Amino acid sequence: MSELQLSQAQLLEAYRLMKTIRVFEERAMTEKMGGNVPGGTHLYAGEEASAVGVCMHLGPADQISSTHRGHGHSIAKGCDVDGMMAEIMGKGTGICGGKGGSQHIADLSKGMLGANGIVGAGSPIVCGAALSAQILGKQDVAVAFIGDGAFNQGTTAESLNLASIWKLPAIFVVEDNGFGEATSSAFVQAGEIVERAASFKIPAMKVDGVDFFAVYQAAGEAVSRARAGGGPSVIHTVVPRYFGHYAGDPDNYRTAEEKAAMRKDRDCLKRFRARVDETSLLDAAALDQIDADVEAAIASAADKGRAAPPPALESLTTDVYIRYV
Amino acid sequence: MPQKTFRQAINEALHQEMKRDDRVIVMGEDVAGGSGASGDKDAWGGAFGCTKGLLGAFGPARVRDTPITESAFIGAAGGAALTGLRPVAEIMYVDFVGVCLDQIMNQIAKFRYMFGGTASTPVVIRASYGAGRGGGSQHSQSLYPIFTHIPGLKVVVPSSPYDAKGLLAQAIRDDDPVVFLESKMLYNTTGEVPDGAYTIPFGEANIVREGGDVLLVAIGRMVGVAEEAAKTLETEGISCCVLDPRTPSPLDEDTILEKTEEIGRVVIVDESYPRCGLAADISSLIAERAFPSLKAPIRKVTPPHSPVPYAPVLERAFVPTPDRVVEAVRAVAKG
Repeated sequence: MSELQLSQAQLLEAYRLMKTIRVFEERAMTEKMGGNVPGGTHLYAGEEASAVGVCMHLGPADQISSTHRGHGHSIAKGCDVDGMMAEIMGKGTGICGGKGGSQHIADLSKGMLGANGIVGAGSPIVCGAALSAQILGKQDVAVAFIGDGAFNQGTTAESLNLASIWKLPAIFVVEDNGFGEATSSAFVQAGEIVERAASFKIPAMKVDGVDFFAVYQAAGEAVSRARAGGGPSVIHTVVPRYFGHYAGDPDNYRTAEEKAAMRKDRDCLKRFRARVDETSLLDAAALDQIDADVEAAIASAADKGRAAPPPALESLTTDVYIRYV
Repeated sequence: MPQKTFRQAINEALHQEMKRDDRVIVMGEDVAGGSGASGDKDAWGGAFGCTKGLLGAFGPARVRDTPITESAFIGAAGGAALTGLRPVAEIMYVDFVGVCLDQIMNQIAKFRYMFGGTASTPVVIRASYGAGRGGGSQHSQSLYPIFTHIPGLKVVVPSSPYDAKGLLAQAIRDDDPVVFLESKMLYNTTGEVPDGAYTIPFGEANIVREGGDVLLVAIGRMVGVAEEAAKTLETEGISCCVLDPRTPSPLDEDTILEKTEEIGRVVIVDESYPRCGLAADISSLIAERAFPSLKAPIRKVTPPHSPVPYAPVLERAFVPTPDRVVEAVRAVAKG
């Protein structure tokens, strides 16, 4: 059983990260509805185990790219939640100085190469990060978090091909939440994700993305293979998307019953708690304490974000170039 | 000083910069050519022969033939630049940017700004450009205005072997992303090129020819066209200054404005399309900031607003010629 590979501290950390993502997204929704988020934002609630199950295997020198739904990957890779909340609110204290917004959160010092507003754009970028590791003789890996939508993009097909022929230490985590915006993936996707990967001679696994332990185990195999020079992998995680495509989406293309059942039956936090309880790995009180700590930390992030000043106007034209004569 | 072709100048810069810095890699379609095949290795050295010999000198890890998937390898060049390498990626014909523009325009160009100044993306994207070889509408365009339009990119269009070598070395050492466009009609032209490495800074125009009656602004292959026109005009007693901005981005606005104020008559010669093209951009710069010094309206000599045609007679009619420049200068000189 994979949970036994994890120390108690790691289990607590995994839970803390997943809970942080959940509460962050709920708070982002509240702040959006309260008029404190000037731009569009896409929420990751429901998908937490996918990001955390993978990133628990990564260190700061490993690289990830993310999607328009990127808050979860950012938190799982260690980005500062105060800076993220301020960024989403368009503040000068934001992690990108308020110039990126929700869809461009990045922290290169943490190996987070950016959320991305273009579906499928992260796949080639991650090939490049993996190529750097390979050429520079490092054991680092690079992970492209992409969605079921991005798996239909040509960029991803091209990247799978490149990663395979060059044996890159790249991992493509396809988070399949069943929808590309408001259109169901069943309606627009031919064939199976793992079969497509197999046709590129890339090992692929399909896992239940609300089961942290299943994701953790699959990611562990993929990361070990990549670090050992065994080339790329694809992990297809099946996840729920609790909110609509964007914060504020009426989400009327799914029935109320479907949405209620999803939240009731497909919750990675509840699943995690049940698992560690049944195996007596963690004390419920410790998890309750994490819940309380996380709620307080995110409330504080939101308070700080709201109170923060906007970016200085002079920053409008800085950071376009390093040097531009 | 030794005479070398434009192609040799590019090749020499790549050799010297790869030797100087292990982080520099070269990737693209057939940059070696022959990978995985039964015959010669380094069979092509690039579709135009510019990367010949790099494979032998630096090996297959740093000189990489790619699949014909521009999005993947241009995007990978960007990702590699973000994480410690300094890739020089080649798009065989700049027209092919149509299949990978997202990675250049939305990713590479914007990382630094979007990420609040924390990223640097030292990548060079080389490509051939321009008409004259019967390449037809999809292999002949002069698309530097597209890149010049995008903040975050630097854009270089050399006109001579000397400039090609020095500007490419600068591009590779530069920490910002650079799009480096080479006129395919210039590869066989020759000029003086020093053997040692040197750089030419961006944003510094070159006065190719001094003259006091009319200012000719031209870039890339059009510099030669302007020079030829200037020689003809000299016999008519019209003296032309030829100014080569060398880098559309950053553009040396100061020198263009100074020379305009000094001379007062301007003809801009450009191979890019006329609408929102480089000539239009420079014309607006002069009109806005040096209008009082103009003694005649600015004239632009550009192709028509049409795709590049195939038939030789049409292609010759498309590209600005010395004759058309002479005609424009005569009109301006009279005014």
